Amino acid sequence: MNTALSNFLASDFFYKFSRSPVAIAAFIVTMTLVLSAFFAPVIATQNPFDPGSLNLMNGFSKPGVVNDFTGETFFLGTDDQGRDIYSTILYGLRVSLFVGFSAVLFAMILGATLGLIAGYTGGRVDSIIMRIADIQLTFPAILIALLIFGIAKGITPPSYRDEVAIWVLILAIGLSDWVQFARVVRGATLVERNKEYVQAAKLIGRSPFSIMIKHILPNTLGPVLVIATISLALAIIAEATLSFLGVGAPPTQPSLGTLIRIGQSFLFSGEWWILFYPAVTLLALALSVNLLGDWLRDALNPKLK
Amino acid sequence: MSKISKLIGTLVSTTVLFGAVSVSSAETLRWARAGDSLTLDPHSQNEGPTHALAQQIYEPLISPDMEAKPIPALATEWAVKEGNPNVWVFKLREGVKFHGGEDLTAEDVVFSFERAKLESSDMKELIVTIKSVTAVDDFTVEIETDGPNPILPNNLTNLFIMDKGWAEANNVTKPAEFDDGEETYAVRNANGTGAFMLESREPDVKTVLKANPNYWGKGQFPLEVTEIVYTPIQNAATRVAALLSGEVDLIQDVPVQDLGRVQAADGLIVNNAPQNRTIFFGINSGDTDLKNDNVEGKNPFADLKVRQAMSLALDRDAIKQVVMRGQSAPTGVIIPPFVNGWTEALDAYPKADIDAAKKLMDEAGYGGGFEITMNCPNDRYVNDEAICQAAAGMFGKIGIKTNLVAQTKANHFPLISQKETDLYLLGWGVPTFDSEYVFNFLVHSTTDDRGSWNGSRFNNADIDAKIQSLGSEVDLDKRNATIAEIWKVVQDEQIYLPIHNQVLNWGMKSNIDFPVQPEDQPHFKFLKFN
Repeated sequence: MNTALSNFLASDFFYKFSRSPVAIAAFIVTMTLVLSAFFAPVIATQNPFDPGSLNLMNGFSKPGVVNDFTGETFFLGTDDQGRDIYSTILYGLRVSLFVGFSAVLFAMILGATLGLIAGYTGGRVDSIIMRIADIQLTFPAILIALLIFGIAKGITPPSYRDEVAIWVLILAIGLSDWVQFARVVRGATLVERNKEYVQAAKLIGRSPFSIMIKHILPNTLGPVLVIATISLALAIIAEATLSFLGVGAPPTQPSLGTLIRIGQSFLFSGEWWILFYPAVTLLALALSVNLLGDWLRDALNPKLK
Repeated sequence: MSKISKLIGTLVSTTVLFGAVSVSSAETLRWARAGDSLTLDPHSQNEGPTHALAQQIYEPLISPDMEAKPIPALATEWAVKEGNPNVWVFKLREGVKFHGGEDLTAEDVVFSFERAKLESSDMKELIVTIKSVTAVDDFTVEIETDGPNPILPNNLTNLFIMDKGWAEANNVTKPAEFDDGEETYAVRNANGTGAFMLESREPDVKTVLKANPNYWGKGQFPLEVTEIVYTPIQNAATRVAALLSGEVDLIQDVPVQDLGRVQAADGLIVNNAPQNRTIFFGINSGDTDLKNDNVEGKNPFADLKVRQAMSLALDRDAIKQVVMRGQSAPTGVIIPPFVNGWTEALDAYPKADIDAAKKLMDEAGYGGGFEITMNCPNDRYVNDEAICQAAAGMFGKIGIKTNLVAQTKANHFPLISQKETDLYLLGWGVPTFDSEYVFNFLVHSTTDDRGSWNGSRFNNADIDAKIQSLGSEVDLDKRNATIAEIWKVVQDEQIYLPIHNQVLNWGMKSNIDFPVQPEDQPHFKFLKFN
């Protein structure tokens, strides 16, 4: 066993983790979902993104019941196009997780950069950046995401919309979420920039850029990590909300939210499984990531030690 | 979690808003369907839901009734002029007033016909054979056609009459250019002679109509509705929920998956009837190269074998069974059985045969397949987007990879009329009940006055001449023979890919007595409460 791993296993952090059943359960659920999304092409029974591989006559198969026309059985049923719900969930997870991770990464980079600049430079630059952040905070994040999505839809030609939809989604969610990162990093930077090691770095003539990146940023990463985890849950929900409203992932490349939107049309007619299983998956994903984030916040908070 | 609580807040406030809508008096009819009328300008768009709203406000000379039979509206009688078979004489109804108080005279009729013949009109194909319209006196109009036109009255049932003075005063003597999104006064305001007057209009949100107190038809029609509140509800589940909860009184398009639920609900009934409308795919076979595909320098659809392969790949029975849940009649021709020229032989469609289709693709040299954009509306026909998705899968099986673009009809239709799409879904109803109407719009090559919806770009001078001859052929046997010849070419060339004829399902409160109109046109002056 190498030392890094043994150090980690002996750490305070791991000890707390091993003593928290909620954290362990949340971690297991999250990892199961992430891994099954990653290995979707291997473990799925069909590729629901390839319309040529579907058989329409499989449409509306009940979970675990043999289809009268084709004789096939789907243990989670099929939707209106004959797509296997189990496979669509796996592929939908990929879209949801990809959008979630990318959006948070984008928000984190943007927010941390602006926060660092604002906190380190101070003065007018700080005021401008933080006022923009304050203004953005007065709008609900979903509204901002909808706005960005609408503008993007207006300027892209219709035949490319499906291709760019995912990237627009990432951009929209990322742009609606950077403020938290900026505020946290700015706060930490304000504290750090007057400490001796920063003063020392200034004295020996290091450039402001290098001080920000090499000296201050590493000391702000703890809280950023906590926010990132909680943001991930929110980004996944935001993506599902947008897709549910019909402005997110296209129907040919469904995310969990798109699947829930499709399933909603069939609630009255009793085909509950089209909506139910994707919804349960989304619930499990958002809940477990959120619980992990909460636990991480407590574990890294020195005041709760 | 503040985002979630905000979202819940939004949901709650939306519910409160919808709740407020449901307070109304007994004679109010709250009417909903998937899409809104595209424009109030009566000559700007020849489209079902647009005419459905216009029919309440404006009136034609001859109006379809609830069985789609023509009955006198603004004209009381009409006949071919004695001694001149090229002229129809229409006697106008006397004492009719527009909503603004102006009297209806022959001048208004002449003006409306001339307006409908202008370049920006979408109604011009219907009256392409009309040479001139003249007012003989205040209440007599003579319409002269290129040659004898025995079926002219059939073409006038959606040709609405406007007030000349009102149009001039508001600078709307030209139909609004719909494809360019032109907004004129007539797009949001209306002044007709119909049983209902426009009270307020918010496109895609809500339109309110009030009964016309001076309507000429008092005593002739039930006229029991005093107010119509029309709300388009695109989402199928929301639309059904609105009917189930009593928020609306009548929805014109009960989603096929919810028919059982609505029928079983207390106080609700579903009336159904086959619709005079065929749903089909249009394919651009006429251009030498396509804009929306990945084949360079040539048009794969120009090859008849590719078009036949697509027809073979299309499993119409599966679409009926799964997507339409039995609520459709698969067909091999783009006209429903109501229409003169329809035969059982035309209606026959091939059984899906992927192997035969693949073989045809191989023979055409497209065994490796190609990519193409498919355009589809998502709020116009029953399960339109689901049909396109299913078809995308079926075409995918023979190597044609489609990128589906499904969008609202206001964005979809201009792609067809502007000839920007190469593969698209369209539905076509035939209000004249004659094949000539279909030929004029969909088969004749695109010229100034014909072929405006011919997205196939099919262009055949011989066929064009035959289509033109229909307008003035008085010998009905000969005319029908020509119609059959044109259909033979349309079928042999596989210009279109027919899918099915729709079945209409109107869901309504059980105290409403209102039969389904085969053209999906509710004329609310006939509606009775019991």
